Amino acid sequence: MHTYLTNYLLHLADTALILSQRNSEWCGHGPILEQDIAITNISLDLLGQSRNFYQYAATLVGPDTTEDALAYLRTEREYKNHLLAEQPNGDWAQTVLRQFFFSAYQYLLYEKLQSGPDEQLAAIAAKALKEVTYHLRWSSEWVIRLGDGTEESHQRMLKAIDELWRYTGEFFMAADYEKEMAVDMASLKAAWMKKLIAVFEEATLPIPENTFMQTGGKTGIHTEYLGFILAEMQYLQRTYPGAAW
Amino acid sequence: MLEQDLEKIFQNKIDNEIKIEPKDWMPDAYRKTNIRQISQHAHSEVVGMLPEGNWISRAPSLKRKAILIAKVQDEGGHGLYLYSSAETLGIGRDEMINDLHIGKAKYSSIFNYPSLSWADMGAIGWLVDGAAILNQVMLCRTSYGPYARAMVRICKEESFHQRQGFESLLVLSRGTDEQKAMCQDAINRWWWPSLMMFGPKDSESTNSDQSMKWKIKRKTNDELRQQFIDMIAEQIKVLGMTLPDDKLKWNEKTNHYDFGEINWDEFWNVVKGNGPCNKQRLVAKNKAHDEGEWVRAAAKVYAAKKLNRQKEKAA
Repeated sequence: MHTYLTNYLLHLADTALILSQRNSEWCGHGPILEQDIAITNISLDLLGQSRNFYQYAATLVGPDTTEDALAYLRTEREYKNHLLAEQPNGDWAQTVLRQFFFSAYQYLLYEKLQSGPDEQLAAIAAKALKEVTYHLRWSSEWVIRLGDGTEESHQRMLKAIDELWRYTGEFFMAADYEKEMAVDMASLKAAWMKKLIAVFEEATLPIPENTFMQTGGKTGIHTEYLGFILAEMQYLQRTYPGAAW
Repeated sequence: MLEQDLEKIFQNKIDNEIKIEPKDWMPDAYRKTNIRQISQHAHSEVVGMLPEGNWISRAPSLKRKAILIAKVQDEGGHGLYLYSSAETLGIGRDEMINDLHIGKAKYSSIFNYPSLSWADMGAIGWLVDGAAILNQVMLCRTSYGPYARAMVRICKEESFHQRQGFESLLVLSRGTDEQKAMCQDAINRWWWPSLMMFGPKDSESTNSDQSMKWKIKRKTNDELRQQFIDMIAEQIKVLGMTLPDDKLKWNEKTNHYDFGEINWDEFWNVVKGNGPCNKQRLVAKNKAHDEGEWVRAAAKVYAAKKLNRQKEKAA
């Protein structure tokens, strides 16, 4: 009876977890210590959000399921994260742009979810919204700084846009479980574009015109990157089945 | 005022437990020793992020992953306060970082050992942070004010890390046979390097006497090392594991544990750059710094543009 809600929660959890996993790769390797700490902090926030969603999903799946079973024992084809989240970090431009695309979407989505009919989901979204507000501000500032910084940083932003734009359409193509959840994709998309245009204009970056969008992540058809992410992330749970950590 | 009078006032303050502050007169050697020590300490925090960061992507549960990320992030924060403390002595962060990157400045040799299994995260927390804390608790009372105050804050977080490390090993020690073996193996590998963290024996230590007189240090290397051994030799019993030293034995006469000889050849080799990971650590820090060059340059240019626009607006 809760299938669509469970799937929706897994989708939210998987996306937050995979983006957290990607961002955490910067830890110790950031361009300057303050920003190393900032991106690691965003990674930690996203991980916390994913845990809240997994824990809620686990209660719906059944008494034997845990957050770790859902994160560590599902395969590539069962993961429902956005394709954007699993894309490689690339350079700092690509990382901050990925974060901006995602945080702008997540901000608008959580705003809706916090007043939605499911109390538990609304509470998780409301709590996360405070964090996402910061992620959005931080990533917007970086997009502007790099877009309007040096010639090199501008060029790198253009390359990042070229790399990542095609994964943004998936935000607004509803999977079956999102249709059941009655998420209003059209209004989300309009608000997201508005935010994007405002930030890109200040960043002196062009709004991409190509409209072909990749999709599949939400229904388990991923890019080739996800398998490697999971292989690394899940290795201890897979090597020592049933062990407690 | 004559230099010898200034020096007298300075030493009087120290003897009377009054902190030395950035604008106070201080002997050059005091300034230099503090710069060296605080910047080394900052570098250790930042390089220390690498062996632990190494396991973030592979942490075995979401809870452990969250704890580890938070911990490594704390270490970065400690690096920041410490760089700021050192800056009050008149050196810039860029210069300190450059000294690290070219291999001129040292950092704690412990981070030149590899983190090879998940249990190493527990062992580092328990043993490495445990050893660091003894030194750091002492430093909360060090004579240079900004350093002492930074340490108070750092100590609170470090003691939390040590408890987390111990707790993580406790779970392994009560787990499957493979987990127990992983736990013992990590303890075996980290034990001796942890003892080396306190530095050479007092009889071999060149900086000790003056540092004690200036109350930069308040306990000797050997005193701190003994305190650590006495503490860990008891805690290991709770884990049901052993320490890899067959000479480790309670001595009723001294009221301390006796212990075996530390491999000082290994210690000096790692200090000189021949540890298992000296090269990788510096390569990683240099790579991050070099690849971040364009980011820092862009941020600077943008900040200048923004300031100009504000000025134009105001005019």
